[in-house]
Amino acid sequence: MTVKAWLEMAIHDAERRGLPELKPLLEALAKATSSLRTAEWNADATGEFDSESRIPNPESRNA
Amino acid sequence: MPEPQTIAALARAIKSRETTAEAVVDRCLRRIAERNGTLNAFITVFENEAREQARDADREIAAGRYLGPLHGVPVSVKDLFDIAGTKTTAASRVRQDHSAERDAPSIAALRDAGAIFVGKTNLHEFALGTTNEDSAYGPARHPLDPSRSPGGSSGGSAASVADAMCFASMGSDTGGSIRIPAAVCGLVGLKPAIGELTTEGVVPLSTTLDHIGPICRTVEDAAIVYDALRGVSRTESRGGAARPAGAPPDPRAIRLAIPRNYFLSLLDPQVASTFESACERLRQAGVMLDDVPIPHAGDVAAIYLHIVLTEAAAYHAKTLERRPEDYTPNVRIRLEMGRYILGEDYARARRGRELIRREVNAALQDVDALLLPALPIPAPKIGVPMVKIGTAEEPVRNVMLRCTQAFNVSGHPAISIPCGATIDGLPVGAQLVGAANDTPGLLRIAAAVERYLGPGTSR
Repeated sequence: MTVKAWLEMAIHDAERRGLPELKPLLEALAKATSSLRTAEWNADATGEFDSESRIPNPESRNA
Repeated sequence: MPEPQTIAALARAIKSRETTAEAVVDRCLRRIAERNGTLNAFITVFENEAREQARDADREIAAGRYLGPLHGVPVSVKDLFDIAGTKTTAASRVRQDHSAERDAPSIAALRDAGAIFVGKTNLHEFALGTTNEDSAYGPARHPLDPSRSPGGSSGGSAASVADAMCFASMGSDTGGSIRIPAAVCGLVGLKPAIGELTTEGVVPLSTTLDHIGPICRTVEDAAIVYDALRGVSRTESRGGAARPAGAPPDPRAIRLAIPRNYFLSLLDPQVASTFESACERLRQAGVMLDDVPIPHAGDVAAIYLHIVLTEAAAYHAKTLERRPEDYTPNVRIRLEMGRYILGEDYARARRGRELIRREVNAALQDVDALLLPALPIPAPKIGVPMVKIGTAEEPVRNVMLRCTQAFNVSGHPAISIPCGATIDGLPVGAQLVGAANDTPGLLRIAAAVERYLGPGTSR
């Protein structure tokens, strides 16, 4: 589910539940979720982006 | 004889019988009676129980059964910890009918060490907030300026120690809730390494981010409470455990690193100048200071948010459905937000958490500790949700978590120590972050630099 689609559904559900005051918080959460999803360190099923070596690991360097 | 101000000094006085636990407890209870109406630091005061405990302590000490430096010392407890036979409210109407059957293990450890519980302190409801404003019992207030917040979520704990109502308080810290109020109130706040002290018997906020620890007046006092929480006896503690026995390390042998990117990029100007003055005092004492990057520090807030809200929502889902009106409106709505987070995004946050842990380890590789401010602003005004820093206007909550939450995410031990004050006299705190799983090492470094960090005033 895209963040845009998720946000629309979440706002709709919050309004249905009588919680319209959730809308600005969900919009702020959507921004945080977008930044999480676009972070360079995310894994990817193609294997192209899931290398653990992309994460600095001083423990393994010391080993 | 001047009244002892620290646990260490009080312990000497009690052990030598220059004073009694009963006299000290009486003084603290009188202070609570005088000031709690203004500060609202306590939800429950254990007046009779504390006096009885104090008389027992005096009898034991007179009989030669001195338990150690917490014996007879008045301590307050954040009302998130179970104390047998009392209500653990979490500052919420949701738990108004609760009664704890037994002490939390951390409370039992303090009881075994002879601590005297004077009461349970106010907090941001269910520990979900940094200002203590959202509490079923009303806001706790800052001892120096009651129109301001004492920080949070352990706000009542910090106010109680800062206002001489007790000598230490037990707090919890999920994103900074020990270190933030300690810094705001001019105290020392210790968040030990993750998983080191059990959170059993403590109402959870986020099961993988929660920590417990003390708020005290000095690093030595924090080490005394930490030792007791670990069940370390005084004899054992002389042999390399937490308590900084003897001379602290020579400051000229200490290397600290400042993670400037992100953490120092959004600071109130007076906090910035106070922190830089403290750094200069450290340099003059011979401490080596370098800068170090934590490359993805800017991702911490998003990582933290997705973990804390998801885990909190899981705990609160049933009561949010059944008794929504029993939450304060702001806390209810924030908990509801967590119910919308998708599992895939929680999993991303967990992966990001591992990245941050490794980056903090890397930053610590060649130094004794990281040094940064404990929070970017002085005590905020109660009821003011936004704060202006330079040209930026930011939510108070986001700003207050900015320097602390990374080390809940990474799990490294961290301690906030006073490093001066603004021109209005509001305390400013510095923060030291130690190597993974080495809280005793962090305490020794903290003891060595404490005197150079403070005092100092922003000019």
